[in-house]
Amino acid sequence: MADDPANAGKSVGEIVAERLSAIARQRFPGAEGVTGVTRLTAGATQEIWRFDLQQNGTWTPLILRRTPGGAVVERTAASTSIGLDTEAEILKLVFAAGAPAPEVRHVLTPDDGLGQGFIMAFVAGETLGGRIVRDPRFAEVRPKLARQCGEILARIHAIPIDGAPPLKRAGAAELIEQLQAGYQATGWPRPVFELAFRWLGERMPPPLQQPRLVHGDFRNGNLIFDETGVVAVLDWELAHFGDPMADLGWICTAPWRFGAVDKPVGGFGQREDLWEGYEAAGGQPVDRAHALFWEVFGSLRWGVMCAGMIPAFRAGDSVERGVIARRASENEVDLMRLLAGKGAV
Amino acid sequence: MQDEPRPDEILSRVANFLKGAATRESGPHISFQLRVAANAIEICQRQLTLAPQAEAEELARLRALLGSGGDLPTLNRELAERIRSGALTLESPGLSEHLWATTLAKLAVDQPNYAGYRAALAERSGS
Repeated sequence: MADDPANAGKSVGEIVAERLSAIARQRFPGAEGVTGVTRLTAGATQEIWRFDLQQNGTWTPLILRRTPGGAVVERTAASTSIGLDTEAEILKLVFAAGAPAPEVRHVLTPDDGLGQGFIMAFVAGETLGGRIVRDPRFAEVRPKLARQCGEILARIHAIPIDGAPPLKRAGAAELIEQLQAGYQATGWPRPVFELAFRWLGERMPPPLQQPRLVHGDFRNGNLIFDETGVVAVLDWELAHFGDPMADLGWICTAPWRFGAVDKPVGGFGQREDLWEGYEAAGGQPVDRAHALFWEVFGSLRWGVMCAGMIPAFRAGDSVERGVIARRASENEVDLMRLLAGKGAV
Repeated sequence: MQDEPRPDEILSRVANFLKGAATRESGPHISFQLRVAANAIEICQRQLTLAPQAEAEELARLRALLGSGGDLPTLNRELAERIRSGALTLESPGLSEHLWATTLAKLAVDQPNYAGYRAALAERSGS
């Protein structure tokens, strides 16, 4: 769209605002247009814009998520993230199942001229993990959050996968294979990671009888909270059909505790509350060894991701990636506490 | 012989400048980048100060544990290989102690304020 001569001299923000107004008038009955179009992030994988829909004399805050610059991204078999069109389909299913998710209002079509993406409800609240863990605003609700997370995961995992878009199937074996490939690609020996791979290999869960819709990145930082608790689950890019216990383990993984190491669930709660909430809301009974398997997997996964930053650091001009690579060792100490420590962590 | 001040002294001053005066004079986006840059410099400063002794100790432990010679990368590759094959496990004499000592030494350089590191130090000093 930037190549269109009619757009010469216009900023990206002006073009997005014009296109959104056209979409509003075509797709939202009684809509006059949009105001307050503001870009919230400049991420490498997608853009997020906030705006207000002016409709029948009211203003409704909405969010546009789209590919960077409105590019059309072809998915390949090797893609690990699911793409925005599929993410919109998943969000609709989750919303319909009564789990907290932003309502999808419109999936972009080629005619809309904004690229791939979708428009969804703006959900007010806090996403910064450190604030959820420490801000007095959340003091009252904090003890209830772990149980709520369990209840929400039970609802997500109960969604019949027959009606879902075709996602990748990935159980423990496939995910460990991916992780091993990521680790090998770093070309750097890490005896603690080797120990964790060995530990996981000796404790592999049996092959999945019944794969479930798994969020894949369910953690403090990808949830919106307000004073009543969790109001939305975001960032479904890593959704897949797999082992539901993977989601219960990942939210307990140490990097997502934001310093509150004694509260394993996101830095705000205890595992038992998460599991009780899960079971009470219809989730399968939680086997502790199985949950611990996924927690160890989570620390190793984040460690390999940190270590994998080195090629991008060397190729680019970002200091931050180098510092993130130096955080791989945080996961080594977490793994040592889990595998060779003195009791529960 | 290079003259003083030492590199660790200079880096320490640069990190303080980035976190102090430079941050006060800049907007939110750049001040975040300045914090990251200061963090990166402090990692280098701690490595200059702490790593020579820590790596000498790591080398001595690896030679004793593996019964072979070579430099740190070679011996760490060999250790990784032996753990992968199952030849060395946490029950093997000296392995757990070696991995703990090495991991804590890395964290002392990389992220000494990491909560999991502080917790591990407290747990181990209590034993």
